[in-house]
Amino acid sequence: MIGRYALRFGALGYLAFLLLLPVGLVFYRTFEHGFRPAWDAVTSPEALHALWLTLLIAAIAVPLNTLFGVVLAIALVRHRFPGRGLVNAVVDLPLALSPVVVGLSLYLLYGTGGWLGGLAGHGIKILFALPGMILATIFVSLPFVVREVVPVLREIGTDQEQAAETLGAAPFTTFRRITLPAIRWAVCYGVVLTTARAIGEFGAVSIVSGRIEGKTETLPLYVQSQFEGFNTTGAFAACVVLALIALTTVVAMRMFRPKEEAG
Amino acid sequence: MATSAAVPVSRPGAVANRAGGALLRGIAIGYLSLIVLVPLAALVWSSRSQGAGSFWEEVTKPEALSALKLTLGVSLIVAAFNALTGTAIAWVLVRDSFPGKGFVNGVIDLPFALPTVVAGLVLLELYGPNSPFGVDLAFQRAGLVLALLFVTLPFVVRAVQPVLLELDREMEEAAESLGAARFAVFRRIVFPNLLPAILSGVALAFARAVGEFGSVVLISGNIPFKTEVSSVYIAGQVESDNPAGAAAVSVVLLLISLGVLLLIGAFRHWRTRHDR
Amino acid sequence: MGITVVEVTKKFGDFVALDDVSVAIPEGSLTALLGPSGSGKSTLLRVIAGLEEPDNGQVLLGDDDVTHRPARARGVGMVFQHYAAFKHMTVWENVAFGLKVRKRPKGEIQNRVHELLELVQLEGLAKRYPAQLSGGQRQRMALARALAVDPEVLLLDEPFGALDARVRKELRAWLRRLHDEVHVTTIIVTHDQEEAMEVAGQIVVINQGRVEQVGTPRELYESPANEFVMSFVGPVNKIGETFIRPSDISLSLEPDGESTEVMVERVVHLGFEVRAELVRDDGQHLLAQLTQEEAQSLELERGLIVYAKPNRQTVFTR
Repeated sequence: MIGRYALRFGALGYLAFLLLLPVGLVFYRTFEHGFRPAWDAVTSPEALHALWLTLLIAAIAVPLNTLFGVVLAIALVRHRFPGRGLVNAVVDLPLALSPVVVGLSLYLLYGTGGWLGGLAGHGIKILFALPGMILATIFVSLPFVVREVVPVLREIGTDQEQAAETLGAAPFTTFRRITLPAIRWAVCYGVVLTTARAIGEFGAVSIVSGRIEGKTETLPLYVQSQFEGFNTTGAFAACVVLALIALTTVVAMRMFRPKEEAG
Repeated sequence: MATSAAVPVSRPGAVANRAGGALLRGIAIGYLSLIVLVPLAALVWSSRSQGAGSFWEEVTKPEALSALKLTLGVSLIVAAFNALTGTAIAWVLVRDSFPGKGFVNGVIDLPFALPTVVAGLVLLELYGPNSPFGVDLAFQRAGLVLALLFVTLPFVVRAVQPVLLELDREMEEAAESLGAARFAVFRRIVFPNLLPAILSGVALAFARAVGEFGSVVLISGNIPFKTEVSSVYIAGQVESDNPAGAAAVSVVLLLISLGVLLLIGAFRHWRTRHDR
Repeated sequence: MGITVVEVTKKFGDFVALDDVSVAIPEGSLTALLGPSGSGKSTLLRVIAGLEEPDNGQVLLGDDDVTHRPARARGVGMVFQHYAAFKHMTVWENVAFGLKVRKRPKGEIQNRVHELLELVQLEGLAKRYPAQLSGGQRQRMALARALAVDPEVLLLDEPFGALDARVRKELRAWLRRLHDEVHVTTIIVTHDQEEAMEVAGQIVVINQGRVEQVGTPRELYESPANEFVMSFVGPVNKIGETFIRPSDISLSLEPDGESTEVMVERVVHLGFEVRAELVRDDGQHLLAQLTQEEAQSLELERGLIVYAKPNRQTVFTR
């Protein structure tokens, strides 16, 4: 019996030390000098612009990854096509790949001398501008919807869809009325994960954006620049905003978590 | 036997529907390629653009090598440590019950949900020069390890939890009725069934640690040969206008990532071998 | 050795699984714990096994009070409904497990496992994994595994519940033969009265955590202690407070003073026996069971009017 208590307190202690302490500190440090300075820092033009930019990028990246994620999931589970294994591996790749490598590969592709470097000459600016940041964010947040939907599709099987077909439903109708409702919660959960990843992205966006203050700085990048500029209150205030978004994410994850993973 | 019809047509319009499906699939794969494959191909191409000799030269530069050794070493330590703590935490979450367990279960997701740069900054404040504890781990490998432990926490826990949940309790009861003591039951029955999941989680944690950037870039101080990891080195090379060097080391990291994914696939295959 | 359960009570929260249960299981017997789902029969088995501890009462194995002894120290062998096979071990390793845990010498383990696999007719499958076996084979392996450590008592928790009908029948007969050979005190939990009647020498009928009756299959069928036992152990016609077995209804084409007029609603031919669904004037339904010849001599068919009389009827005093 002692074993059980030792294990419990050991595990919980580790978690408190590693996770709760830091998060608690964020709030403490931010409001250390009072509410006003923190509020001013967070509502400064640069900070607001960074927040807006972060949300804008997420607002573009997440729906795209959701749409294509569902399509890819269906293709992977329901269709047989050459290269299926490769597609599977490529979808998983962003999970195992360093964001810096992601950023660099985009930098090399769209930069001068790169295969698509000519775009800049035609007035389509990818690097050091919004499009590049969106591409980087899409890359790193790509896998989540696919990976959540695939096991659900596999589990429910084709029975219901086949039943619908014998009853005369066209493929899109089947998709809309049978498949979509079945994967609804998996998609929600995937969207939550995708959004969190998109908002929190740092390394890849850091490289492709050039970190131009007031122009291509997302909120995470803003945290870094404020910190390096010794404006700790500003940095921490931005951290609080991001931490609050993170806490919302954790709650949303809890709500939509597929039951196989629930403790 | 007629072999002309490759696609059985069940009703009018079926062929058009399949073509539509194929088109949609094609667009999705095109999307995937544009976003992931083409940039990575450009990366690999760039790394060999100055020739194989230059690639090797860049990768074996002392600073690059040192960064790589540090990265791999620290990631292995962190992954191994997670094997222990992750399994223990998963065990407590599945088998134990106490008030607030749901809260603790949710907290595990925090390192995933929190932007890495925030984690880095906060860890710096807690354990760096301004530390309320009087320690100063900034600019040291210990700080590095701490940041990596933070970001890799969820992987083993979340890999082990579902397997532990699904584990047939009757197997353990059968073992007990056959005379096995608690620890023997764990060692002979529970652990062998958990091992593939633990290893998958460890592999993912390792991959994450190898590539981690945002949380280490602040606390580690990025001191070459001491606390500079490969991801930071790459970023530095980009800033120093040496994209070839950055590309070369990036390809090494890419290969490591691919290797880890292969390994995870193998573990999955191994895990389900008794179900076939 | 025999098992004695003395005034055992077990609660799960507010739910009373066992309510002051006392039972004596003779040494060497094959006893069935029979009851519907939720009756407490599995709980009783697990209390005897040591996988649950009772809130009150005692469990004795022979003369030993084992009430607070954990399962691993009781010398019981247990077989579970869903096999509880160690799926990561081969059949051989499964059966050898108890011996390995007791650190028996290798030679001894080899011999014993081989002997047992022969006993349960799985010799050729020693290197296979449970997933590669059929349900019946897995259960035989589970039995061999439980017997490997020479248990004093063998406990089977709905062992054939997950198997299909034909395999179930085969294994029942097989278990009976095995028990004749091995003679270990055996308890089998089941909700299937046919199974209990076929396999066991003694049946303990349990309902809602209480023992309703203990007896041989014949005693239970012919002298049920109460309504529950009577209805559970076989089909029964309930008319008001009177109970009549379908096989105790005789039908004839001519009335006599005591018989009742009924109409045949349906005739079901089950090969060796015939069941007739009858309805009385006032709408009361009855079920009668006849032999083939009896049905033929009456020319039993739907719509026929016949006269029914009970050979035997039971009323329970409260």
